[in-house]
Amino acid sequence: MTKYIKGFLDYRFLLVELVKRGINLKYRRSYLGIIWSLIEPLMTTTVLVIVFGALFNRLSDRTFATYIMCGRLTFSFFSTGTKVACHAIRSNASMIKKVYVPKYFYPLSSILYNFIIYLISLLVLIPVMIYSHLMPTLRVWKVFPAMFTLLIVTIGVGVILCVLDVFFRDVEYLWNVATMIIMYLSAIFYPVERLEKHGLSWLLNLNPLYCIINLFRGALMGYSNSLWEFAYPLVFGIFVFTFGFWLLKKKQDEFILHL
Amino acid sequence: MAKVKPTVEVSNLGMKFNLSQEMHDSLKEFFINLVTRKHMKVDEFWALKDISFKLYPGDRVGILGLNGAGKSTILKAIAGVYHPTEGSVTRRGSLAPLLELGAGFEKEYTARENIYLYGSILGYKKEFIDTKFDEIISFAELEKFVDVPIKNYSSGMRSRLGFAICTAVNPDILILDEVLSVGDSKFRRKSEEKVKSMFEGDVTVLFVSHSLPQVKRICNKAMILDHGRLKAFGDIEEIAPIYEEMTAADPEEIAAKAAKEKRKKAIRRRAARKMRMKDVARLMNNMGMDIEKAMEVLQIPDNVKDLYREGMPEVLKELKIDTDGSLEEEEERQMDLAAADMMNASAGEES
Repeated sequence: MTKYIKGFLDYRFLLVELVKRGINLKYRRSYLGIIWSLIEPLMTTTVLVIVFGALFNRLSDRTFATYIMCGRLTFSFFSTGTKVACHAIRSNASMIKKVYVPKYFYPLSSILYNFIIYLISLLVLIPVMIYSHLMPTLRVWKVFPAMFTLLIVTIGVGVILCVLDVFFRDVEYLWNVATMIIMYLSAIFYPVERLEKHGLSWLLNLNPLYCIINLFRGALMGYSNSLWEFAYPLVFGIFVFTFGFWLLKKKQDEFILHL
Repeated sequence: MAKVKPTVEVSNLGMKFNLSQEMHDSLKEFFINLVTRKHMKVDEFWALKDISFKLYPGDRVGILGLNGAGKSTILKAIAGVYHPTEGSVTRRGSLAPLLELGAGFEKEYTARENIYLYGSILGYKKEFIDTKFDEIISFAELEKFVDVPIKNYSSGMRSRLGFAICTAVNPDILILDEVLSVGDSKFRRKSEEKVKSMFEGDVTVLFVSHSLPQVKRICNKAMILDHGRLKAFGDIEEIAPIYEEMTAADPEEIAAKAAKEKRKKAIRRRAARKMRMKDVARLMNNMGMDIEKAMEVLQIPDNVKDLYREGMPEVLKELKIDTDGSLEEEEERQMDLAAADMMNASAGEES
């Protein structure tokens, strides 16, 4: 274990550089740069609020904007984070073939830079909450366990994907489909009651991402969350995280033969 | 004698590759194979097998061997890029791998950013790169292009930058994979000097090359790999004759080489003879000599005289076309002049 910690410390500067590269390259040569991480969710959420607000008779309910924004931001971090991580080993093949670097750095750094962009994009919640006439309550502390669990889950899933992707190129396409399904099961742009009416809320509760989104909503909109919503995603996250790194450790020496 | 620890210790190293790797690439085939229980035919290939040696500070080892002997594989195994299938590789000290320079740069990044990124991949600290930054840029001769994205660089500029970054450090172990052929001849000289300057001190060098003279120039030890086995390892003086014998021992190659040499010689000889024949022909034309006399004057050896006699008509014909061509031109010019004179004269009479 100490060996791994030492390895991590030896290369921490590389991790910083890789994260910097991700952020730098994402918006390079665009005029607005990092501001896009605020504008983009704002624009898409506006459309979602109008369309689904009309569809579900929620146009008069101003909190619906915060409701959608919480889901959208959280989900888009999860989906871009895992997608980029899925690619991470193969897109850095030229480096891997040349120099030894701990392999987990590639998926980890790509998720971390997306996480930083995500943290910046959270700023957009301030105007949206003002629009929704929502004042932060004491329950706002719940964003921290929510963000932490989100990060753990994303890293775990991302690492598993990146290992599989080295051996099976199909994983990338399969995951595109899977994220789509996860999106519909996360209640991002529809009110949860709609599913509850049909007795399908257990489906949502099995989705750790939905639990995380709901923690966020509870934190910002000031309602309470069940213990399940705290515990389940955390346990799930720890499981995929451990499994992911175990799988990576087991398989990383074979990567080079498949690149 | 104080006991010095080896910087590189390779014991029983074996590298196995799977030649049918590609079959594994899609899930569909994986499942089909799983369901049909048709196990993938695994074509195993040992690129390296049972390799053991120790290198100490100050050892500069040339790795010799024919194509496919496993030279690059052993470097990559020592660099840590490949994980040994069996056995182990132990390194002590910092490592500078000069493998495939210029690969691994971020194309969208400028030289400045790439130096930091690439340096960090090599395990440099930020402060270290800060102090070496100007040195790297000036060695790579890229002062004017520091803030230009790498994608706009020429391949020579890229390799120069790669070389400069890799050699900025004073490593304990230096790995060179035929990289002393970067850039133009000026830079090549400079890089060879730089590498030589890195030899001072107790650095351990691993150097792959096909050229025995280069290895002799740079290394004090050598090893020969043959189909993944370590054939010989020792001082360069011991190894060089073995390698020479080994490369010479291939009769096919010798025959091919000799045939090529023979062809080249024949072509050269024919060209030379043609020149001489033209000389002879000129003598015959200009001085009115007959062929025997001309050959005597030019001291053509007796044994080829027949060849000259045989080929002479053709050469004469060639030469004649040349001279005739110029003659005709001269005649035409004269006739033109005459015509012009006549015109002038008649014009004068009329007025």
